[in-house]
Amino acid sequence: MTRSARRPRRTLQVAGVAALLALSACSASDDQSPASASASDSSGSSPSKLSGTVTVFAAASLKESFTTLGTEFEKAHPGTKVTFNFGGSDTLAASITGGAPADVFAAASAKTMAIVTDKKDNATTPVTFVRNQLAIATLPGNPDKIALLKDLTKSGLKVVLCDKTVPCGAAAQKALDASGLKLTPVSYEQDVKSALTKVELKEADAAVVYKTDVRAAGDRVEGVDFPESADAVNDYPIALLKDAPNAEAAKAFIALVRSAEGQQVLSEAGFLKP
Amino acid sequence: MPFALLLPALLGLAFLLLPLVALLVRAPWHSLPEQLTSPEVWQALRLSLVCATAATALSLVIGVPLAWLLARTDFPGRGLVRALVTLPLVLPPVVGGVALLLALGRNGVVGQWLDSWFGITLPFTTTGVILAETFVAMPFLVISVEGTLRAADPRYEEAATTLGASRFTAFRRVTLPLIAPGIAAGAVLAWARALGEFGATITFAGNFPGRTQTMPLAVYLALQSDPEAAIALSLVLLAVSIAVLAGLRDRWMTAS
Amino acid sequence: MSNTEDVMDETEDVMDETEDVMDETEDVMDETEDVMDEGLDARLVVDRGPFRLDVSLTAAPSDVVALLGPNGAGKTTALRALAGLVPLTDGHLRLDGRELDRTPPESRPVGVVFQDYLLFPHLTALDNVAFGPRCHGATKAEARAQAAGWLERMGLADHAGAKPRRLSGGQAQRVALARALATHPRLLLLDEPLAALDARTRLEVRAQLRRHLADFEAVAVLVTHDPLDAMVLADRLIVVEHGEVVQEGTPSDIARHPRTDYIAQLVGLNLYRGHADGHTVRLDAGPALTTTELLSGPAFVAFPPSAVTLHRERPTGASARNLWRCEVAGLETHGDQIRADLTGELPLAADLTTVAAAELDLRPGAPVWATVKAAQTHAYPA
Repeated sequence: MTRSARRPRRTLQVAGVAALLALSACSASDDQSPASASASDSSGSSPSKLSGTVTVFAAASLKESFTTLGTEFEKAHPGTKVTFNFGGSDTLAASITGGAPADVFAAASAKTMAIVTDKKDNATTPVTFVRNQLAIATLPGNPDKIALLKDLTKSGLKVVLCDKTVPCGAAAQKALDASGLKLTPVSYEQDVKSALTKVELKEADAAVVYKTDVRAAGDRVEGVDFPESADAVNDYPIALLKDAPNAEAAKAFIALVRSAEGQQVLSEAGFLKP
Repeated sequence: MPFALLLPALLGLAFLLLPLVALLVRAPWHSLPEQLTSPEVWQALRLSLVCATAATALSLVIGVPLAWLLARTDFPGRGLVRALVTLPLVLPPVVGGVALLLALGRNGVVGQWLDSWFGITLPFTTTGVILAETFVAMPFLVISVEGTLRAADPRYEEAATTLGASRFTAFRRVTLPLIAPGIAAGAVLAWARALGEFGATITFAGNFPGRTQTMPLAVYLALQSDPEAAIALSLVLLAVSIAVLAGLRDRWMTAS
Repeated sequence: MSNTEDVMDETEDVMDETEDVMDETEDVMDETEDVMDEGLDARLVVDRGPFRLDVSLTAAPSDVVALLGPNGAGKTTALRALAGLVPLTDGHLRLDGRELDRTPPESRPVGVVFQDYLLFPHLTALDNVAFGPRCHGATKAEARAQAAGWLERMGLADHAGAKPRRLSGGQAQRVALARALATHPRLLLLDEPLAALDARTRLEVRAQLRRHLADFEAVAVLVTHDPLDAMVLADRLIVVEHGEVVQEGTPSDIARHPRTDYIAQLVGLNLYRGHADGHTVRLDAGPALTTTELLSGPAFVAFPPSAVTLHRERPTGASARNLWRCEVAGLETHGDQIRADLTGELPLAADLTTVAAAELDLRPGAPVWATVKAAQTHAYPA
């Protein structure tokens, strides 16, 4: 039970801070793995330490980088476990306001985070930890020679966008509006991964997704950066949740995400610094 | 009435009805008129009804003969074929959608030939919605009709053949009318399943208002931004389903 | 057999009639000799695991042949083989000179009246009858007109619009017959045509069916386990037991000269097999029987239960040579008669009046003496 891990005692909080310090210290090191090991050693020597499960609800686009960070975290804090629920930010926000037990929420837009903060389900003020930029995913080799957002309006081209209700769709619409373009896609996909999948399966010729998604897809798609994407950069806010069953460990995880080490992992995945 | 039966029966009823009641209790009644007058809602509703009906019709055309094959003929591996027919029942619909993409998509095993020979592409089209719904709904029809066929006396078909009817004529003029109630029951099941289809549809046919956005898709996406609208949409879908199912039940199921 | 007496009585009548029929048939046969290719000529072999049917069957047009036999003898299988519903393992099937072995049922000029009629429940009587003509290419209107004609002939014009479940058993039987005849079959098959009817309806329907069969110009084969139906309806009986023909002949011939216990029981005779030498037949079972016929070699002896006289004491006087000491095994009421089953020197069935039974104080286990007059026995070569 995650509930049993909930021990709001000062000593633990102190331990959490200690662990944080240890983490930020080790993240300064270039060689990560031994540093993490030493960090776990140091927290192990500490009289009180983190334990239990941290449940993180995170936007689908964070999947690769957060999974890596979760492993790091568990290594640094033996006895802890990080479980993730990746999905459309809106779906996650709806589950949180619906009472889903979660410690941390990392959303792909301020708007979706607002769903949670409006219901006062957050314990800390959301902070932007990364930003994501849009990119066009095309078929490998870019056979349709897409270079600009405008190229997507070519007739006969099958383009998928995210639905306007999800952040990547809202961002794409913002970019299109800013450029005064009118684009009729074949589908408004339910989330960014679905949009990307359509290109990966070659059912669509192009999709407007996040840069991070293009990178995660490897050589199954080819990414095209377009200048208009600067007009629609998404802020990714993260916050501790009000009813967090394991608030101490959750805070430590948020700290890890915001630490230099965390930022490195995220930027490798294609995210921009906040 | 035995208490041991009555109690679980009432529990079962309550369990099924409670979510519906909750939907009604929490329904944003004030915004309902607004939802109901929105053209997008009607568009999605009409598309849902059209696609579910077309999927049911397609299921009838190819599903009833399939049920006949399973019930009335004997061939090696029939048990396996029957298991495969029911596979879409256990397959998560999203997986079904991906499988359909791999089969009938622009780059699919069969789809690439459809594209290069006939210029037919199925994903992102209304036809794609119908196919996705058929894939998920047809097993209900096949199972229902096969059960009815097994219960029907095959000697009526024999009697028809001794009167000069080919096996097809015997099937069409004797068996089909005899199993009509089973076919109707199966068709209603399939229709209901098709109407509520979400996963395979959004995966295979995508989501575009007026073309592939059926009510369940509209509900799901509304839930992302405006849960109240989603509840209102759900109520509309629910009301239409209940009206149609109740109407059909009276008209078809009792006429045997 | 509760109606063995009826059978015997009616059989007598039938015998006379059938003998006439037989004579006629023989004429027909003579005529068809040169035409050759008329009627039915079949050897039906069907292997079904441990069960094997091997039955030969020939019939001329207008013949009515009954396959008679106990349940499980293979009669229905034979009928289904004739209709093409069961494939032949071996043998042949020729109808009016045409090979039908490989012809699918829908292409055979065969009509079938099924045991429970199998009228299509969703069609009216008229449409049931019109079904065949429709399948043979008639337009809907033509088919219905023909069907109406058949129903008229069956006296069912008033029931044309009725669904089968609204018809009585007898009416349904006639609709089924009309439906089978409406395709003008060259071979009409009837599976237990009267079995589904109650006793009262049966009598009436049997008489009607007999008339319709007499009018029918092609071959009719009916399957029944009821000897009365067989004898009233058919010109010729083929008795089938264990998938084989055990006896074949006119009803009168079979009623008089049963060759198996099954037939003997059906026609209500005591039947024994033995070896004849002059007027004496030494039975395989032991004792000898004196008969009026002069025979030698293997022979059957038959006599009706009513020919047996029972005595409590050994009868004096040597007139009754057929005298056996028996014991009552069981008693059964048979209308106003008592049927006594006897064991002992010669197992036999004896009929006597209730009064006689009371006087003799018959009860199971009681010792009795049974006599049969030689004049009432009937011996014939086996």
